[in-house]
Amino acid sequence: MLEVKDIVKQYAKHLALDHVSFTIKKGSIFGLLGPNGAGKTSLIRIINQITAPDHGEILFNGETLSQKHISKIGYLPEERGLYKKMLIGEQMLYLAQLKGLSKTDAVERIKYWFEKMEMETWWNKRVEDLSKGMQQKVQFVATVIHQPELIILDEPFTGFDPVNVDVIKNEIIDLNKKGATIIFSTHRMESVEELCDSIVLINKSKKILDGKVSEIKNAYREHQYLIKYSDKAIQLTNPEGYELFRVLNTREYEEGNKATIELLNGHNINDVLAHLINQVQLQELIEIIPSIHDIFVKQVKEN
Amino acid sequence: MKKIFLIIKREYLSRVKKKSFLIITFLVPLLFLGMWGGIIALSIQDPSASSTVYVIDDSGLIINDLKDTESLSFEKAIRSADEEKSYLQENQFLLVIPKNILESQKLNLLSSQKASIFVQGEISNQVDNILRKILLNNAGIDIQTLDSIQPKVKVTSLEITEQGEQESNAGVAMGIGMFASIMIYLTLFIYGAQVMRGVIEEKNNRVVEIIISSVKPFQLMLGKIVGIGLVGLTQFLLWIVLSGSLLTVGGLILANQMPDSFSAEELSSVSSSVPNSAAFAQQDSLLSDVQGTLAGIDFPYLISCFLIFFIGGYLLYSALFAAVGSAVDNETETQQFMLPITMPLLFTYVMSFGVLIKDPHGPLAFWLSMIPFTSPIAMMVRVPFGVPLWQLSLSIVLLIGGFILTTWIASRIYRVGILMYGKKASYKELIKWFNYRK
Repeated sequence: MLEVKDIVKQYAKHLALDHVSFTIKKGSIFGLLGPNGAGKTSLIRIINQITAPDHGEILFNGETLSQKHISKIGYLPEERGLYKKMLIGEQMLYLAQLKGLSKTDAVERIKYWFEKMEMETWWNKRVEDLSKGMQQKVQFVATVIHQPELIILDEPFTGFDPVNVDVIKNEIIDLNKKGATIIFSTHRMESVEELCDSIVLINKSKKILDGKVSEIKNAYREHQYLIKYSDKAIQLTNPEGYELFRVLNTREYEEGNKATIELLNGHNINDVLAHLINQVQLQELIEIIPSIHDIFVKQVKEN
Repeated sequence: MKKIFLIIKREYLSRVKKKSFLIITFLVPLLFLGMWGGIIALSIQDPSASSTVYVIDDSGLIINDLKDTESLSFEKAIRSADEEKSYLQENQFLLVIPKNILESQKLNLLSSQKASIFVQGEISNQVDNILRKILLNNAGIDIQTLDSIQPKVKVTSLEITEQGEQESNAGVAMGIGMFASIMIYLTLFIYGAQVMRGVIEEKNNRVVEIIISSVKPFQLMLGKIVGIGLVGLTQFLLWIVLSGSLLTVGGLILANQMPDSFSAEELSSVSSSVPNSAAFAQQDSLLSDVQGTLAGIDFPYLISCFLIFFIGGYLLYSALFAAVGSAVDNETETQQFMLPITMPLLFTYVMSFGVLIKDPHGPLAFWLSMIPFTSPIAMMVRVPFGVPLWQLSLSIVLLIGGFILTTWIASRIYRVGILMYGKKASYKELIKWFNYRK
């Protein structure tokens, strides 16, 4: 769907993007992650052709990005806003037509979305007469009104109230099911972990990792497990003569002990279980999988 | 192209539909008519408001020759000066002429309030004439012979043009030139500022980022400039049509109601200051000289020049206004950038009244009417006096070049500025933006 190839963007003395490359698969929900100032917005503006890269290129469905792709992209910027004094209906019509829709098509699409989002009575209202939450709905509809193949959402959930977050989330998933590719850009990594198939992590203008969320997590597994057992007096130990695991820490809780262990020498958890089953009364065993946030923090520290 | 058209349409309609646009469009011609009516009303003063001057003439030389006018009547005082003083009412004066008036040439005019310049002038005029006659008589000069020798030279200013020699009137040309320069000066500011405010609004609303993900910043800027420019032209057109029809109708009504004695002279001289009343004024049989020249003025030519220089100047300056708007977050921050835009306009405006209007073909006038930043105002001052075609063409070509240049510079600043939120820009910053690659 979208191939970002070796993009460099320089603003005077500040290097915003430093040879960034990644690919976004058609129909995926893609997370563009990184802290504030990492270069996410710069990259999004390049994809939207608001600015041009100094080096590198972007392919849209295999073609070099050009003016004709503008109508295929929907963009919800981080800095949101609409014309305050313009009627909502007219505003939608204007934005849809700017995206290349004919007037009749635009009216039809607007009607469809207004009905879907329960906004039928809003056509003759002005933005300044709407509440914040209502404005956000309008803004979202403006982003997707022209049925874009690629929807770019920059920090989509900041500023939305919880009810609307759910409404918007469901709409996004729905659009994705209908074939739209979605790019989420955010610095709050936990918020997109559940939604995204793939991610790219950007820090200080550089890509530090990308890939499928499951694969990344797999790659960053540390073979650590949390084991709960009921005998407070007992500390977990290896069988004599073997180094199956090591105990990172043990803490007491109401019904027993919680221990964090790390597997050693390529042993698997079943080996450990077989040994422990004779030692203690087991209550719970969970693999500790790092969150994207943890991976990110670790990566940033390592770089 | 289709997208630019959409932007132009939005910018145009959103302004023309506003109540304030309608109010201003209809109010200005009404004001025009009101002013015109006011001038006429003043020139046809009510005779009943005339003043009475009681005269005490100790010399006995003057009083019999004082003549009543429409607004002043003279009466011999019956009481002594001190008594008379206490009886004076509004619009009553006491003129005391001393015995030695021939030598001193001084007299006193007493009244309960300050005497107007008009009353003072009328009295001093009449007394002057009376004294002059007496003095001439005393010197042995025959007054009748003197009166018969009254040469009257009339200087007709003829302009050598391609069509031959044409009568020209410097006064009318001056009036038109001044009017045109005021109009250009005001409208450049009014519509330029509207462009600036529009840009600031979009930047403030953050709607700009959505728009420029659909169109190029340059298209947005150009669409806004053209849209607002069309609002300006619409307003001009409506003003011309409305004030023209109002003046014609109003003029006809007034003409029918007025006594014959002064209608022609007074009306034609008043209406000469308003171009649109030309048609009405022509109905009158007694046209003044001014009226004659006015009819000889090529209005289509003047209006075309006005429109060309308004459009050229507007395009040149509104691009700069747009750049300023993109560099700031709100209107209060615009001041530091406004000075370089305001200076050339203000300078030309002041110069056009001080220098250009008196010397419309001098070197300063020539150069100011060539430089694109000053030519819209300066050239409009000169056009009524007649400008050689080559100068006019050169000025227009330079103006077109000028606005292409400013639009190019402005668009480079604009495309960066509109995405810079919450950053206070300096001139250094603007240069940096200008140099960004894209």
